[in-house]
Amino acid sequence: MFTAFKRVIKSGWQSFRRNGGLSVATVFIMLMVIFLITSLYLLGGVTQFLIADLEEKVDISVYFKEDSSESNILKVKDEVAKIPEVKEIEYISKEEILDRFSQRYKDNQLLMESLQELGMNPFLPSLNIKAWQASQYGSVANFLENNSLKNIIEKVDYHERKPIIEKLSQITSNVNRVGLIFSITLAIVAVLVAFNTIRLAIYNLREEISIMRLVGASNWFIRGPFIIQGAIAGLVSAVISSLIVFAVCYFLSPKLEIVIPGFHLFNYLISNYLIVILGQFAIGVILGVFSSVIAIRRYLQV
Amino acid sequence: MIKFQTVTKIYPFNTIALDNVSFEVQPKEFISIVGKSGSGKTTLLKLLMAEEKPTRGRIFFEDQDIHKMKKSRLPRLRRKIGTVFQDYKLLPSKTAFENIAYVMEVMGASDKEIERDVPEVLEVVGLADKANNFPLQLSGGERQRVAIARALIHRPEVILADEPTGNLDPYNTSDIIKLLLRINELGTTVILATHNKGIINSLGRRVITLENGKVVRDEEKGKFRL
Repeated sequence: MFTAFKRVIKSGWQSFRRNGGLSVATVFIMLMVIFLITSLYLLGGVTQFLIADLEEKVDISVYFKEDSSESNILKVKDEVAKIPEVKEIEYISKEEILDRFSQRYKDNQLLMESLQELGMNPFLPSLNIKAWQASQYGSVANFLENNSLKNIIEKVDYHERKPIIEKLSQITSNVNRVGLIFSITLAIVAVLVAFNTIRLAIYNLREEISIMRLVGASNWFIRGPFIIQGAIAGLVSAVISSLIVFAVCYFLSPKLEIVIPGFHLFNYLISNYLIVILGQFAIGVILGVFSSVIAIRRYLQV
Repeated sequence: MIKFQTVTKIYPFNTIALDNVSFEVQPKEFISIVGKSGSGKTTLLKLLMAEEKPTRGRIFFEDQDIHKMKKSRLPRLRRKIGTVFQDYKLLPSKTAFENIAYVMEVMGASDKEIERDVPEVLEVVGLADKANNFPLQLSGGERQRVAIARALIHRPEVILADEPTGNLDPYNTSDIIKLLLRINELGTTVILATHNKGIINSLGRRVITLENGKVVRDEEKGKFRL
């Protein structure tokens, strides 16, 4: 048993080496496939980052009536904080918002003068709410409008922002959906190409397979070396593709950061390196082995 | 040991390759099958190795109907048969040594036995110095001798030889026939398909003559007559 296993591996490695041209072609095709799938994965990372970045910029504010007490506002705040969709909530008092306003516009004489003229604080205390996803603001606004303390709420600016928020949530879900369909289609095409390459390679060896059958080799003894060859091709392509991906990301990362500030492609890759590398090896080996097994089946009928 | 029972083989488009063929081969027999090209010699050997199925009739090997065997049992049957194919059927990506060793690997022989037996058999067929050549680097006659070496290396119970001397010069031919006779003396059944008149006449063994797929003569101590 062990001898047979050793022989299968040895013979697989031997034919991988001897059928040099064929092996190189197979490795090349599988390399493209693995590289493509990895790129799709990284592209997915970039889109997720962009979407998260956009969503980060969206929030809604709840303005309270002039005379509402701080304890009531904080009560609302605590209740809102309990909603699972809410990611962040911040209380901004009348004084604080005045401070911030004056800070920001201290060089704008006109504004400052009119504020002076007013002689009072025109701002309303507010809660600033951020949800996890753009699509969740509707339910948060809904909750606020049906709250027991709704009589102290002056207004929720959700309705003014609704078109923007809805548009954003539509865009993100569209980008996600299109991206997924696009990735799956490309991945299927790539897998089929690799499968066909291996099938052609084995088709070329059908004569040898029937000879092996005729001299009394069992099916596993014949199949084994082909499976090993497929696995080696997958492994080699995975190694090469890892090297290429890491190199490309390393050099592309600073350039990409100019276009998408705050996104470090290389760091993203490093923080996901286990999934990327294991994924590449898994794709390579599974593709090689699986294609060999399927392709060889029909020639074992002799 | 081997029994053909009213075997008929018809290929597509109504080509009758074998027509109602029956005969029996005893253990340790040396039997020649003669006939013109297309008379059915190769088909007969193919059916015996279960490479093809008969259209009608049954073929027994050691009392087992080989065409009723499970596919997974065929390798074991084939390991009892050593075949010299008319077109050699060597593995092009393996050297002469590896081609011969492959059969032993299939049988599960140890590396030590392979190291010992393969050079020996290469010596016997006169190719000791070509052990590391690939089939494409060998001449027709050399390939044929590798094929012969591969057929005997694992000491099978039966050797099927389909024109084993077709590409050999007269010296090599008589060497190979002497080799087959010696193997036969050691207890192996030999079935030799040929249309070499000289060989048949010098052998003086049983001869079955095929004509258009029919057995027209089956004689002990036969002569070559078409």
